[in-house]
Amino acid sequence: MQTVFERPKSLTDHPFHYCPGCSHGVVHRLVAECIDELGLRENTIGVYAVGCVVLGHRYFNMDCIGAAHGRAPATATGIKRMDPEKTVFTYQGDGDLAAIGMAEIVHASARGENITVVFVNNGIYGMTGGQIAPTTLLGEITTTSPYGRKASVEGYPIKVAELLAQNEGSAYIARTSVSSPAGVIQTKKAIKKAFQVQQKKLGFSLVEVLAACPTNWGRAPVEALKWLDENMAVYYPVGEIKVKEA
Amino acid sequence: MKGNEALAEGAIRAGCRGFFGYPITPSSEIAEYMARELPKVGGVFLQGESEVASINMVYGAAATGKRVMTASSSPGISLKQEGLSYIAKAELPCLIVNISRGGPGLGAIQAGQSDYFQATKGGGHGDYHLIVLAPSSVQEMMDFTMESFELAEKYRIPVMVMADGTMGQMMEPIIMRETVEEIPVKPWALTGCKGREKNVIDTFHSSGEELEKYDQILARKHQVISDSEKRGEAYQTEDAEIVVVAFGLMARIVKKSVDLARKQGIKAGMFRPITLWPFPYEMLDEASHAAQQILSVELNQGQMVEDVKLAVNGRVPVSFYGRISVLPSPEEILQQIVAFVRKEKGSYANGI
Repeated sequence: MQTVFERPKSLTDHPFHYCPGCSHGVVHRLVAECIDELGLRENTIGVYAVGCVVLGHRYFNMDCIGAAHGRAPATATGIKRMDPEKTVFTYQGDGDLAAIGMAEIVHASARGENITVVFVNNGIYGMTGGQIAPTTLLGEITTTSPYGRKASVEGYPIKVAELLAQNEGSAYIARTSVSSPAGVIQTKKAIKKAFQVQQKKLGFSLVEVLAACPTNWGRAPVEALKWLDENMAVYYPVGEIKVKEA
Repeated sequence: MKGNEALAEGAIRAGCRGFFGYPITPSSEIAEYMARELPKVGGVFLQGESEVASINMVYGAAATGKRVMTASSSPGISLKQEGLSYIAKAELPCLIVNISRGGPGLGAIQAGQSDYFQATKGGGHGDYHLIVLAPSSVQEMMDFTMESFELAEKYRIPVMVMADGTMGQMMEPIIMRETVEEIPVKPWALTGCKGREKNVIDTFHSSGEELEKYDQILARKHQVISDSEKRGEAYQTEDAEIVVVAFGLMARIVKKSVDLARKQGIKAGMFRPITLWPFPYEMLDEASHAAQQILSVELNQGQMVEDVKLAVNGRVPVSFYGRISVLPSPEEILQQIVAFVRKEKGSYANGI
């Protein structure tokens, strides 16, 4: 019998702790598939952030390290600089990367740090229970913006991919969405390309993945994906934002 | 050689191949020396965007099993505390240098010893310790730095070398030490999981029971270090009726005061803790066996004096004399010694 579908070697068989309808499981799998297909598992070091991915070491089947909140790009920098032949990636959420970790991500990008960042943007703090994030859309109600996000109070949502694309050091910046099968395929292509950019030592690579958080959005899983398409993907357009050729 | 440069050269000779730092007076010469010299030996120097980023770079770099370090000064060391807590919990060996100045706040750039509590009682969140070494000569700046990497790897613990700003800036002739050729291989390091199970470096536990179990292991390690690594220097304490306790540069000044007191026929002695953690309680207790008075002299408002009191446990009266970012002269401390011996009250309450 021919095996047509199996768990990637870069994922363990540990069941995910994620909520129903959460996109993390899909994105984990895509990262693992890309690493497998590029034959990088035994040469890769994963850096997972604080937040919903805090148990990342249970799922990623490779050497990995848990970073402090927002500091994954700095930790990844330390690893990559000491051991430039390793493939190093960070896996971060939007609260982690775009709020507390904004300095670290901007400077990793500006330095052209040869790492790959998988940035899962669901527009909310998940693990802490649904607080406003820098990426939360205007009008959205969260536990710490109970009257809806107002530009006059919390300012505007940050477009991370566009922001980082300005840096010379950024070699590949893309935004994708996992709201549909086509989006999942696009996301996988982008993540793979990001790892290839790292392999070619072209500089900093980041894929911003628009993702759903049904639990904290207060929307059922299918409804959440529809809302993502109709709202998040409008404010955060998908596509390749920067592609630096060798 | 300048203290900061001796320290940096010592680190390179000990096999340190990664430095991640951020400029701050009076420690910047260490970063400058490393920026110039590390590339020559194939090492990595990187100036981070902040102290916070730098210590987290050290966290990642130490995870690769290479010898790495950072150096900063008091306000910068405060910013590094979160990262230090992670490094301690992850049991990663590395060197942290604090060329300390006066505080709190931005304080002053002049020498200070007001980070004693922070260095020895934890500093960041959670139950942990660093091994803290306090050099008192430029030679020791080199020697203790080299030794730090050995201690850090032996116990898988971050080690701090804490020297005040004057130690970093002063110049003395030193004997250069041999370069360390062989660095031990670390089976726990993140090197890619080729031919082995994956290695994980993590500081989070999902249950209280799991955390408690782990923290007890950490506590046992601290106990072993405490049992085997305490160090101190006793000077003229055999018959000393008054023992002055001081660390780092202050110990140099106090030694001179003790000599001056002896010339006046006063039986004075000095005790210098070399490891600030673990604090050499028993050695101090022993060194003060003949003492009727102990005086702790510090460049702060009275921090180490608490450990001095613990060491003698009420057996001998303990007083304190402190200056803040102003080095006292040997004569100034001599006056305090003389005042005690004459059973007069000196201005020792705070010294200012």
